[in-house]
Amino acid sequence: MAANDDYKGYRGEALDTLKNFGALVWSDVEIRTSRGAYTGIILPRSETADPNHIVIKLRSGYNIGLAARSIEAITISGRKEAHYKIPEKEFPFDPAKPKVKLLGTGGTIASRLDYRTGAVIPAFSPGELYGSVPELADICNLETEKLFGVFSENMGPEQYIATARAIGREIEKGVQGIVIGHGTDTMHHTAAILSFMVQDSPVPIVMVGSQRSSDRPSSDAALNLMHSVKTAAESDIAEVMVCMFGPTSDMYGLLHRGTRVRKMHSSYRSTFRTIGDIPIAMVSREKITPLRHDYKRRRADRKVRIDTSFDERVSIVYYYPNMKPDIIDSLVDNGYRGIVIAGTGLGHVNKPLYPALKRARDKGVAVFMTVQTLWGYVQMYVYDTGRDMMELGVVPAANMLPEVAYVKLAWALGKTTDVEEVRRIMLSPVAGEITEREPENGYLIFQGGIPEVEEFISTIKK
Amino acid sequence: MSDYRFQFKPFPEMTEADYAEIGFRSGLEIHQQLLTEKKLFCRCPAGRYSDAYDAEILRHMRPTLSELGEYDGTALMEFKTKKEIIYRINRETVCTYEMDDTPPFMIDEQALDIALGIAMLYRLNLVDELHIARKQYLDGSIPTGFQRTTIVGVTGSVPYKDRSVSIVQLGLEEDACREVSDVGHRRVYLTDRLGMPLIETVTGPDMRTPREAAEVAQILRRLVRSTGRVRTGIGAAREDVNVSVRGGTRIEIKGVPRIPRIPLLTYHEAMRQWNLLRLREELRRRGITAETFRSASEDVTRVLVKTSYQPIREALAGGATAAAVALRGFRDLLSWQTQTNTRFSREISDRVRVVACLTKLPNIIHSDSLSETLSSSRWDQVRKAVRAADDDTVVVVWGPAGDVKTAVEEIAARAREAAIGVPSETRQALRDGTNGFERILPGPDRMYPDTDLPPKVVTEERLERIRRGLPVPIWTREAWYREIGLPADVVEPLAMSRWAGLFEMMVKEWGIDPTAAAVALVQFPKSLARRGLDPSRLAEDDLRRIFALFRDRRISRDGVRALMERSVRGQGLPGPGEVRPATEEEIYARVADANAALRAMKVHNPDRKAHVLMGLVMTALRGRVEGAAVLERVTAAAEGTC
Repeated sequence: MAANDDYKGYRGEALDTLKNFGALVWSDVEIRTSRGAYTGIILPRSETADPNHIVIKLRSGYNIGLAARSIEAITISGRKEAHYKIPEKEFPFDPAKPKVKLLGTGGTIASRLDYRTGAVIPAFSPGELYGSVPELADICNLETEKLFGVFSENMGPEQYIATARAIGREIEKGVQGIVIGHGTDTMHHTAAILSFMVQDSPVPIVMVGSQRSSDRPSSDAALNLMHSVKTAAESDIAEVMVCMFGPTSDMYGLLHRGTRVRKMHSSYRSTFRTIGDIPIAMVSREKITPLRHDYKRRRADRKVRIDTSFDERVSIVYYYPNMKPDIIDSLVDNGYRGIVIAGTGLGHVNKPLYPALKRARDKGVAVFMTVQTLWGYVQMYVYDTGRDMMELGVVPAANMLPEVAYVKLAWALGKTTDVEEVRRIMLSPVAGEITEREPENGYLIFQGGIPEVEEFISTIKK
Repeated sequence: MSDYRFQFKPFPEMTEADYAEIGFRSGLEIHQQLLTEKKLFCRCPAGRYSDAYDAEILRHMRPTLSELGEYDGTALMEFKTKKEIIYRINRETVCTYEMDDTPPFMIDEQALDIALGIAMLYRLNLVDELHIARKQYLDGSIPTGFQRTTIVGVTGSVPYKDRSVSIVQLGLEEDACREVSDVGHRRVYLTDRLGMPLIETVTGPDMRTPREAAEVAQILRRLVRSTGRVRTGIGAAREDVNVSVRGGTRIEIKGVPRIPRIPLLTYHEAMRQWNLLRLREELRRRGITAETFRSASEDVTRVLVKTSYQPIREALAGGATAAAVALRGFRDLLSWQTQTNTRFSREISDRVRVVACLTKLPNIIHSDSLSETLSSSRWDQVRKAVRAADDDTVVVVWGPAGDVKTAVEEIAARAREAAIGVPSETRQALRDGTNGFERILPGPDRMYPDTDLPPKVVTEERLERIRRGLPVPIWTREAWYREIGLPADVVEPLAMSRWAGLFEMMVKEWGIDPTAAAVALVQFPKSLARRGLDPSRLAEDDLRRIFALFRDRRISRDGVRALMERSVRGQGLPGPGEVRPATEEEIYARVADANAALRAMKVHNPDRKAHVLMGLVMTALRGRVEGAAVLERVTAAAEGTC
């Protein structure tokens, strides 16, 4: 084991060369190669990098890779091992401030470098967070608990349930607010399932992450963290929310309802948008500004209903033209009990799928229709084809987002096997996942290039 | 016995021996933009600049830990300043990558080829596997908060005089924003230059006089230019100059735009360091060391609210506060000369300006100053408030309360540093040849591996291909130019021009008239530039076609100029069949037309008639004929009309 660490990450030719010269990682060396001499410290190597090069850190701080094959001699003069540690300072306690719990699931809200993979890994304790974002102490007394450390794409039922239960425990203990650190990729899936698993919370439950990891000076992590902690500590919105940047500028965050939010850009800071409605509120370091008033209010009690039902045998089918019925058939044959279709337009699939849909219905599989346009309602009466599908048991899921319908169906199937009951649960809004009406400003995607949009953009920093 | 008895002389009187006496050392970091089509880590077009912008983005910067687990001093200083950074975005030149909203794309291969080629010219040891690093800049000049940069080669040299100058390393990196303004807590940047590929060449501290520093800069400049693959023009090459003296500190003077300014700048920096070291001696004589240094501060807003000194009175009326800092035992030392017409008080004022964001000058006054600020009775009150003794100096600073608090700390900190020596800083070059504080010198702690991009192997095949395309050394070229009789004024510019290779081919393979081609390649682009056009837009393909027409006598020299202009304007060139030399009949007809037109004009000076006529005919024939052929007919015609 020690031997592995001695040559951390190296393999093949590079490993042989280092062993040959007895040069361990962190050795201060001069390396002579057929191209010349180089002086620096041998660094560990990323395990995914090739087996042919040795990495050294030059005196100037730069790293370079040298071909193991070209190395003629290595002279070792010392050793300098890096101890990467975020300065830890005890988080100050102020009895006058509210208590906020930060539950960690993973993600880059606080992170450090991992030499093995070259990627960033999360760092977390209150002391570390205080060391890097001291402003948090002006807002609350912060406690943290690392539930698990997974990338958001690896979140699943096990983590959903553990998180919901942890939230229940904290509410019973009397925290004033809960923040959940989460990777951003599937934050909206988790926000949705928590909206169903945690009902009638007396306190804010705020999900937060960062689009630029906190090892970057321009990271959005610190500001997102401040916004989310402020929301958890001070806001009167007792719902599951996602708190992320409003604009790409460091200006304010938006509080999105957990069932109406979606990640809409692979890398922008302002990637999270409320779909088909408007966000609940804006939050800056100074204040929280509600944009609507129909949210659930904070209460003083410690009552909450935790319902962690979940049946994994559910899938989303993203319809595309010329889809073959075997896609549906294979789900049914593999024992899936629920299917959410993201259909075209108002909620359509092609005719060749009909027999497969009928077969699914006959086998007791619950099939729901959502729209891949994301904005707008399913409406299956407008065209005959829609009516035909409803005949086949496909249930229109109003304006539920496909991912939201997916987690809700898993949640509903976790409670009952009765298809009618599942249908009833699905179509009864629990946390705003179906809305009765879509406001006119619920669909605003400004089109760049148009004069009035350009004028707006040029006068207002976004 | 003083180690620092030497007294600086005026710049022209300093000798090599004088510089040896003070232990002058200078090294260079030369930044040179590369001539690529695209930026380094995204696909935005390179080299397009405009002050116009479509949108603004606001960001802040926070320090992060280095790879070795430490915070960088500069980073912490910049964080203290708490600046709002505004980026102005022009969509033609900037995409979401530069704004740090999209991860980097793979490194631009063209830029890497050029950098590797130049590394070979410097005889550097090339790197087998490139690792992209992030070099932190928390001043906001790069929206990510770091510059993506990679080392291409280390440990090389170039010949100089009877010795050689060592080249420490060559880096390939992205350029930063252009600063528009920096007032109070708000700094504004233009982003067009951001992300442009440039190389940074770092020399050893091998230059022993200011003049040597400039000469070596010139050699390096010519060497990279000789590849024909670097950008020229304002801002395309910028020098950072490092200076130290015996017992001093390596100080980096940033962003020297022109080489001829290097000698005076390095002279002044040497003088500043020397005088700071002399100041330290004086402090020691007075018993002040870093350990024994004492200061005290006090709020003096009430004392000064009615002062007749306008800057303070106005600020306080606007809600500012004022504080006094007593520097124990510092009497008269704020007037200690550091550079020409510059005193130690300037070091303090600079820190207050940069770190505390008190950018409106004057931002401090002090009791060593001879100029009129506070009345003596007011000074007495201030001194009393801060319990200053006779041998203390008192500094007064004013502004928003938070900034004054930072300023008070900085004033004491900078004064204490005087007892230590020359603080590590980067300094900015000023127009008068002196320099001012910019920021604390960053160390290796600000380097961080870029986890967004994988290492990149530089293959032997690639190096071999680049080696084959390397230019002939400029000194070899220049010798040949002289041999074939080129005019003296085009020899050097042509040798450094990116068209040197094309020129050689045209002369050797096409048998083109060397002088005509050389003058066209050197002078015509300049004349286009004078008319506000951008000669860097000339494409090699276009030039080949233009000179092929000239070789085939389809166009004249004027035709070459006219077609170069069309190429630069992006109007495209005529096809091979569309251009033919003017026929005898055409020339005759155009002369007749011009003559008719001339009759309709009033030409007061009859001697000018031939000249005007010539102009009319040449314009009409648009470079399809040599002037000499026209002149003969025109002269006859002009005389005929008399």
